[in-house]
Amino acid sequence: MAHPYLFFVKLFEAIGLGHFAHSYPHVIYSWVVMIILITLGVIAAKSVSLIPGKAQNVFEVIISGIENFMIDVTGEEGRWLFPLVATIFIYIFSCNLIGLVPGFFPPTASLNTTASCALTVVIFTHIIGIKYHGVKYIKHFLGPVWWMIPIVFPIEVIGHLARILSLSFRLFGNMMGHELVLGILFVLAGLFFAPLPIMALGIFVALVQAFVFFLLSMMYFTGAMEHAH
Amino acid sequence: MEAQALQFFIACVTAAGFGIAVAAFGCGIAQGLGLKAAVEGIARNPESSGKVTVTMLIGLAMIESLCIYALVIALILIYAHPQAAAIAGLFAH
Repeated sequence: MAHPYLFFVKLFEAIGLGHFAHSYPHVIYSWVVMIILITLGVIAAKSVSLIPGKAQNVFEVIISGIENFMIDVTGEEGRWLFPLVATIFIYIFSCNLIGLVPGFFPPTASLNTTASCALTVVIFTHIIGIKYHGVKYIKHFLGPVWWMIPIVFPIEVIGHLARILSLSFRLFGNMMGHELVLGILFVLAGLFFAPLPIMALGIFVALVQAFVFFLLSMMYFTGAMEHAH
Repeated sequence: MEAQALQFFIACVTAAGFGIAVAAFGCGIAQGLGLKAAVEGIARNPESSGKVTVTMLIGLAMIESLCIYALVIALILIYAHPQAAAIAGLFAH
């Protein structure tokens, strides 16, 4: 697989950190996304007034839309989860989208980024469970009747481990597959603008995958908060 | 030794091709069934179109992720094979 031309990697080569930049482009582009998001956040928070201006209106619509959707899924007691899941959604959506800019590499096309997001979500699920239920959290894993415990407990544990795998691989596979198709089409028929329809599909896939990650995180958190069946 | 490594690599690439084909076949049928149910639901009750569409998209993304798992395995078989060093040695001559 040929290495594409990456803008920030070339920038790092000019500084002299070329070897680091070539092996870890996902780290560099994660930082790019983080700087963009923090800058946007600072701009949005600077002039918050009671009568919103245009930019504040846009941000309010986005944030309140996400929060209302979250309350629909988790119920009123899940409101304190909003910063984490909204950050996950906005960060993953921006990471996916930034891959569509020519010369940029989406950080989520590397298993490291997606696995880190998935691990955060699943470990936080357990922290929520222990915080809400204490030691009785183990009842979530034990099934309905006591004599089925030797069967149900390993299945539940494997199911939780599979959540990490599925979350990370779903996002990684979608983004890496998109990048591969773009690269191959570019080599095959780049002069005829062949990658363009795939990039249009890419916008849709970016939104859907970020939304699915966000929705699954919320459902896992809700499952940990509620009482065991 | 060379011939065995080459045969192994050929078997891996063939398996990758068939694997992703079967996965895409199953994924196509499953997404078609989901889409059919969603369109029937909208046809019976056009007012619920928004909720049904959102649920359908989430379901389609879940089903698609199964095909993506198969794609990742196929890509590992072709490109990131555990015996990558030996296979690269094959093509060095």
